[in-house]
Amino acid sequence: MAFTFAAFCYMLALLLTAALIFFAIWHIIAFDELKTDYKNPIDQCNTLNPTVEKVKKIKRVKIALKLVLPEYLIHFFFCVMFFCAAEWLTLSLNIPLLAYHVWRYMSRPVMSGPGLYDPTTIMNADILAYCQKEGWCKLAFYLLSFFYYLYGYEKPFVSSSFPLLSCLGISINII
Amino acid sequence: MLCPSLAALSLQSSTPEALRVVNLLQERNLLPPGPIPAPTPCLPQDLQKINCNPEVFRSTLTSIPQTQSLLNKAKLPLGLLLHPFKDLSQLPVVTSSTIVRCRSCRTYINPFVSFLDQRRWKCNLCYRVNDVPEEFMYNPVSRSYGEPHKRPEVQNATIEFIAPSEYMLRPPQPAVYLFVLDVSHNAVETGYLNMVCQSLLDNINALPGDSRTKIGFITFDSTIHFYNLQEGLSQPQMLIVSDIEDIFLPTPDSLLVNLSECKELVQDLLKSLPNLFEKTMETQSALGPALQAAFKLLSPTGGRMSVFQTQLPNLGVGALKSREDPNQRASAKDIQHLSPATDFYKKLALDCSGQQVAVDLFLLSAQYCDLASLGCISRYSAGSVYYYPSYHHAHNPAQVERFQKDLKRYLTRKIGFEAVMRIRCTKGLSIHTFHGNFFVRSTDLLSLPNVNPDAGFAVQMSIEENLLDMQVVSFQAALLYTSSKGERRIRVHTMCLPVVNSLSDIFAGADVQAITGLLASMAVDRSVSASLSDARDAMTNAAIDSLASYRQSVLTIQQPGLLAPACLRLFPLYILALLKQKAFRTGTSTRLDDRVFAMCQLKYQPLAYLMLMIHPALYRVDDLTDEGALNINERTIPQPRVQQLSVEKLSREGAFLMDAGMVIYLWVGRNCNPNFLTQVLGVPNYTAVPQNLYLLPELDTAESQRTRAFIGWLRDQRPFFPTLHVIRDESQLKANFMQNMIEDRTESALSYYEFLLHLQQQISK
Repeated sequence: MAFTFAAFCYMLALLLTAALIFFAIWHIIAFDELKTDYKNPIDQCNTLNPTVEKVKKIKRVKIALKLVLPEYLIHFFFCVMFFCAAEWLTLSLNIPLLAYHVWRYMSRPVMSGPGLYDPTTIMNADILAYCQKEGWCKLAFYLLSFFYYLYGYEKPFVSSSFPLLSCLGISINII
Repeated sequence: MLCPSLAALSLQSSTPEALRVVNLLQERNLLPPGPIPAPTPCLPQDLQKINCNPEVFRSTLTSIPQTQSLLNKAKLPLGLLLHPFKDLSQLPVVTSSTIVRCRSCRTYINPFVSFLDQRRWKCNLCYRVNDVPEEFMYNPVSRSYGEPHKRPEVQNATIEFIAPSEYMLRPPQPAVYLFVLDVSHNAVETGYLNMVCQSLLDNINALPGDSRTKIGFITFDSTIHFYNLQEGLSQPQMLIVSDIEDIFLPTPDSLLVNLSECKELVQDLLKSLPNLFEKTMETQSALGPALQAAFKLLSPTGGRMSVFQTQLPNLGVGALKSREDPNQRASAKDIQHLSPATDFYKKLALDCSGQQVAVDLFLLSAQYCDLASLGCISRYSAGSVYYYPSYHHAHNPAQVERFQKDLKRYLTRKIGFEAVMRIRCTKGLSIHTFHGNFFVRSTDLLSLPNVNPDAGFAVQMSIEENLLDMQVVSFQAALLYTSSKGERRIRVHTMCLPVVNSLSDIFAGADVQAITGLLASMAVDRSVSASLSDARDAMTNAAIDSLASYRQSVLTIQQPGLLAPACLRLFPLYILALLKQKAFRTGTSTRLDDRVFAMCQLKYQPLAYLMLMIHPALYRVDDLTDEGALNINERTIPQPRVQQLSVEKLSREGAFLMDAGMVIYLWVGRNCNPNFLTQVLGVPNYTAVPQNLYLLPELDTAESQRTRAFIGWLRDQRPFFPTLHVIRDESQLKANFMQNMIEDRTESALSYYEFLLHLQQQISK
């Protein structure tokens, strides 16, 4: 049975990528809500005052930044795992994202705690637009890597005869 | 009848004045003799008559381009400059049970809506048709029925509503004032405490508020001192909290007391406060913990916190280090440390903003105080920053006078609490960046815990959808606030501008002062987020790009030289003035705090005072006559001609006055007219002119009266008090005076003519 460390890596990566996809979706929703707040439908608040709703939404962005570090750490963990498993192709595909994360964290605004987003500048349209684009790009990347790991997860089993797990891999190979 | 397209006019012989071609390299006298008026939008007479006052609401382009691509071609920034809470002499106030607003976009009814018939009106921002409510059909002013378009809301572009209870999140708060005073040895040395206490005693009855007004005091050095002012005590009781790591309030109430009930105790405290700390030897300053304590005290109600600081905070949370390198002051390259060192003050400002507390900062220090970090406490809580470098009660009397007058204005001016402001525009336009002291709570909602009449704001806009089929677009700024008497009010300003689709019309409607003001705010942002040299390049490119665009797209006949439309003829001059401004200059020694304060002012000041700061006005005053004088309140105020800022215009035989907004310089030439010396300055000859003269003697001569009337008139036009300095050749301030001579060459900057040549070279590339 070829239950190698590489296969284990891919399995773990698959599960963790699901978590990363969730983070990316949360990210997109939080920024979208911040942005579309001003296009009020008729039944939303009918006064000038911000309701408790809107205050919560800015706080949600602050929570989002608490999700940023876990996301970066999880991704870093993948890269370390793939490095240990000597999966060079996968590692090389993830290195650019790792470099981007490092750059993004280094050039964050001055703040005492960990975090990426400054509530005072987040509402600037160009920063908001950038964060939204970042969210969509990351979602696309994580989805693609999810399917890549799913396929890659099958590769170590192509040679083995473990039927349950390799059926997907064999079907891909045959068709 | 709308004025015809100006593009068509250019084919005829008479081009409108705004588009008259000016060759900047040849015409030297570009400045008009008096102050420059705001351009009038090209609207039909009846619309323009009721349009918003340009002192309150102004656009960089008075003719809005139809599409974003057209705007990009013009290479001019599109934005609005507002002064919404300005002291107005005439303000219609409406008390109405129903405030008529559009159902979908919530715009207030304004003079630029259209009435389809007597019962329905069409919103000018979202074009939705709304019903006119029954109560609105009756006009209380003219006691007539059936004419909703005659109501004051539809006749006035600036109007104030008394807001009903739906506009309140909580019962309107009372006026609450908290004073946080630095009492370290350094602070007591400067003597500011005497001035503050005296000012408060003098103005205690003039503080805006009603019977619910509350007041409190906190002093701090290395510990925090609270004052129990409970009614019934024979004298104020001081409570000292020395645990600055974990601040707590020593008593639950009576630290903030009702002013009318405890007035004697407050007055006792103010009289004894300077003496309490006379012999102090404390050198440490725990500003961070003091601010936290003050925030705890104010957070249940909200209010205004006035913080007085005289040194770098060096104890407790929020302690700052000295980051300035004196050798880098005259650096020709980038300036470091323009952004905050810590986000403690920013976070505290956001917490304050959430609890409707605004923090005003008075910085009275001689050393570096890291204003870049400290200023954040005011910037995001809608406060203001006041800066008196090297304040000292004996050595710097001019600053003392300025502090005294500024304090009086600060304590007695109108104030609004727990305010929010929303700026709406016609469908198709959207606002993407805001400049000013506030917190952006939502995409176009600004949270202003305090709103004061001296704050200006700016916004940048973009055109999201093409403005086809629209003749005009409208902008509305609505400010919801609680007045000092506890009334919830809404001040609404609406402005209407025409839409054009040709480049020449856009250039004809350009407002050069508004463009300069907006560029200054944008450059400050760029200096902090990128670098100072980036910001300088961006400003120069703004001039190059717009003039190049004019040359390529609007000019029909290509002539040599640097050509500009008449409305933009001062643009290169203003850009050069910005490049030589304290905030952006390189190569000249500038203290970091001075530079950061100049940047704060560029973002905070309303446009009128901002332009004086950027391009001071120079007048010759030794030969003032009554010719063309104004007659105000039976005083004759001479109106000398504005001169160009060049030493060419100075003359040894004369005396010149330079009005730079916050300071006025009176330069006396070496061979000045002896008449002026004796009649105005009261001295027999030039050598007898005192070195640090800051007050003109009140002599009974005609010349003295004219000069003092003129200076008084300049001072009356603005809410803050500009200091006057009389300068001789050997005076220390001569360098400051000469630095404002924008058109001249210096070791590190180009002269105006050289700058024009540089622009011309870049444009013809």
